[in-house]
This record gives sequence, structure tokens and C-alpha cells, in this order.
Amino acid sequence: MINIKKVSDISSSAITPESIYLRRREFMKASGMLGTAMLLNPWMTAAASIPIGDYARNVITPKGEDEEITPEEDATSYNNFYEFGTDKGDPKKYSTKFTTDDWKITVGGECAKPGTYSLEDLIKPFAIEERVYRLRCVEAWSMVIPWLGVPLASIIESLEPTSKAKYIAFTTLHDPQRMPGQKRSVLDWPYREGLRIDEATNPLTLLAIGMYGKTMPNQNGAPVRLVVPWKYGFKSIKSIVSIDFVEQQPLTSWNMSSAREYGFYSNVNPTVNHPRWSQKKERRIGDLFKRPTLMFNGYAEEVAHMYDDMDLRSNY
Amino acid sequence: MGLALLQDILRSRFTKPVLFSLCLVPLSSLVWRAFYGDLGANPIETITFFTGDWTLRYLLITLSISPLRQWFGLTGLLRFRRMLGLYVFFYACCHFSIWFIFDHALDFTDMFEDVVERPYITLGFSALMLLIPLAVTSNNAMLKKLGKRWKKLHKLTYLILVLGVLHYLWLVKADYLEPGIYAVFAVILLLHRLNLKKWLSSPKASIQSSLNN
Repeated sequence: MINIKKVSDISSSAITPESIYLRRREFMKASGMLGTAMLLNPWMTAAASIPIGDYARNVITPKGEDEEITPEEDATSYNNFYEFGTDKGDPKKYSTKFTTDDWKITVGGECAKPGTYSLEDLIKPFAIEERVYRLRCVEAWSMVIPWLGVPLASIIESLEPTSKAKYIAFTTLHDPQRMPGQKRSVLDWPYREGLRIDEATNPLTLLAIGMYGKTMPNQNGAPVRLVVPWKYGFKSIKSIVSIDFVEQQPLTSWNMSSAREYGFYSNVNPTVNHPRWSQKKERRIGDLFKRPTLMFNGYAEEVAHMYDDMDLRSNY
Repeated sequence: MGLALLQDILRSRFTKPVLFSLCLVPLSSLVWRAFYGDLGANPIETITFFTGDWTLRYLLITLSISPLRQWFGLTGLLRFRRMLGLYVFFYACCHFSIWFIFDHALDFTDMFEDVVERPYITLGFSALMLLIPLAVTSNNAMLKKLGKRWKKLHKLTYLILVLGVLHYLWLVKADYLEPGIYAVFAVILLLHRLNLKKWLSSPKASIQSSLNN
């Protein structure tokens, strides 16, 4: 029982963070004109799912060329989500019974408003946006996915981090009964990820609760996941249960698994190869041949400034 | 009784053509799945992994012939060995071609760069190169012509097995279960080849004998 209304469909070519905000204002206007339904009851809540109210499409992926949205069937059947198994088909197969009712997120560390929040309470104050982003996996394949979510920056702002909050650490649910893949120690559970605070508050970073106009499918990280489109896919942690504001760079799962191969930053970078394979090219799901990988996955304009003083070769 | 029947089946003139067709079943299933669009979201990856898996499986089957013959006295198995070996080469060629065509768009420079820079690809490519002389010499004429040297040459299969298993192990991100199973099989076959029992009692003699026979 999901009630979804698309408010506007604004698409454009590559845009800067400023224009994202402009477009958000356009969206506000548009939604105002659409009537009062959203104002009266923006959370037409379904019992067992995270409600998605009205949303505005905010296309950030440059369109044209040969970029198309990946078929939903592909994006929901070809997944790296080791909590449900290491095969690409496992997450869909073994997450059918996974329930996400009454999902809670524990917020802790350097902020004025620590505590345990229901997901709904965290998200509720903000307008849901649809963002069409490229997703580049470290394994050299990619997709284009329309996510639904809230800019992480808004949520961070509402939690009032202190000046000591230099990084944010995220944790995935650890419950081998519900996530059978965790019965095998292929990674050191729970799955952990982290971002520098400026990365976390970059306008591109999204806390996603849905995709393709629907609530987040279990296999894609229900009920809530991160989407950091200029970094390799594993940075976009799924099924988040805790958010911690910390002073030191937090531990991250793939870095713990193999520090040589997976750095903390893990920005998409065709000039720095994975020690075992090339990152110069990628196969877009749906294509037979590979295409060149773009610096920062094509989002250099929005994010490159954050790494101006850094050697991206040593900070891979 | 059962063993005798098995021996009869192995000696039947129909067995070889039947086995020949059976070996084509994996490829046929792949073509079938491709035709019905059942190769998943990343068909090229599916085909690459599938043909790589079957190359290793046929290699393990081929190298199992000699222990099976010894342990169960199934002498009739030997005449299928070269055919199975050629299937190793066949599936390896499919595996390589898919990668060369779709990952490198038939660009030799691009492909060789990967071979040189990526150790797991170096291993896989070396294994394929080593399979070529074995495939070329697997007909009766070459067997006769090379005589004793044929056996020596074809011991390369063990090196190819090691390269093939390492090729797989080296590309895995975190889950070593599947390549691990291949590795265990490979180690068992290598230990059998080295004739462990003899080796333990008199190391020098055994190494000598395993090199000679």
C-alpha cells in the first residue's frame, strides 16, 4: 500500500549544486500549485512500509548520449548485498521474508540530538526527491537508478552535529536470523561505512528510502540506505541502523577486508586501478560492450572541489 | 557385477559419441538461456563465469581419469581422456573469446595490456597458451609421432590446473567457497600424481618415478 504521486518531472543536463537548490524551489512552487493533498496528509501511511508521499523528479544524471534508466527488473535482481548471500541473485532470493516494520535508527556521538529515532520521524520533516544517479560498482559494472530519498545534509542538520563531528559512521543491521548471509563470515559483520562530514553534507548525497517510485526493495537495502553517486557502490551502505558523528575516520568494512584494495574514500577514479583489475572502463547493465569510466562517476563538477588538496592516488 | 557392467558400457562403441554429446550440454544450456533471455542482468558476466567454471570442471574430470582407473580398475576410461581434454580447450576458448570480444572489443593492444598488468589474467592467459600445444598434439598421428615425449608434454596439464585454479582464486573479492572447492580437488589430484605414499617413504625415488611415468 504505497501512495505515490509524482509532482513534477524536471530534467536537465549536468547541473551544479546551486541549480539543484533552484530546482528544489521550482518544485516547491509546483507542489503548492498541485493542491492541498500533500499539505494535509503528506504521509499517506501504509501499515508495513515506509510511506512515500509526493516527490519531485530531480534528474542529476546528464541525459542524452546513450544513458537510459536501467530496467527495474535488472536493478532489483542483480545485487551485491552480502548480508543475503554473495551471488548476485542471492539478495532477491533470500530477502523475501525480511521485514522492516518499526525500523529504528540510533543516532550517537558528536551531536546535540542523539537518541533512537523511528525512520519515519527522521525522514518526515523533509520533502522526498527523486534523483536519477549513475551507480558505479567497484567490479566495473554500472546502472542508472531513479532513487527516492532525502538529502542527507537535511537530516544531518536536524541532528545538530557539534564542531567535533568530522566524520559520520554508518552501520547495517546485524541479525543473522533475518540476514542469512551473515551466518558466513565473508566480511566482519556488521557492515560499516563512513563519510567525511563535507562528503555527507554534499548536496548529491542522498538518504534513500525508495527507487523506481516505490519503497526500497529488500534486496536493494530496505528500508533505508545511503546513495553516494561519485563513490564505488559499496560506500552506499544498505539497511542502516545507526548513524554516529565521530572525530576520527571510522572503520569501513571493505577497507577492513582488504585495505590495499578498498580505501576509505573509494571515489570512482578511472586513473587509479584496483590492484587486481582495471577501473578504466565499465559495463553499463544492458550493454554488451564496455564504456569509459568517468572521473568521480561523472560528478566532478559537484564534488571534485572537496579533494583539491588531496593526492587521490594515495587516498584511493 | 556392477563394475563388470560398467566396464562393458565403457567399452561399448556407443559410449564415446554419447559422452561427446553430453559434454556439449553445458554449452547448449547456455545457448538456450541466451535465446530465452535468461542470462540475468549482466549476460556477458554470466557467460564468462559459466564458461570459466566449465573449463575448470572439465580439467578436473580429465585429470580424474587416471586415479579412477587405478582405484576402481576402470581401464576403459582412458580412451575418453583426450576427448575430455579437448573439451577443456574448447570451453577455455569460449571463455577467452567472450572476454576478448566484449571486454576488449577485439582490441589486441587493450587485451595484452590487461594480460600484462593483471596477475589473475596473466595466469589465465598462460594457462590458455599452454593448452594450445596439448590440443594440437591430441590426435593419433601426433601421439604416435611424439612417442614417449607425448606423455612428458602432456604433463603440462598439471601446471595448467594450478594456473587455472589460481586464476579463479585471485579474482574473488571475499567469498572463496567456490574456487576453494576447485582448489581442494586440484590438491587431491596433484597429491595423487606425486604418489604421496611412496614419496613419504622415499622422497627421491618417488619424485623420480612420478617424473618418469
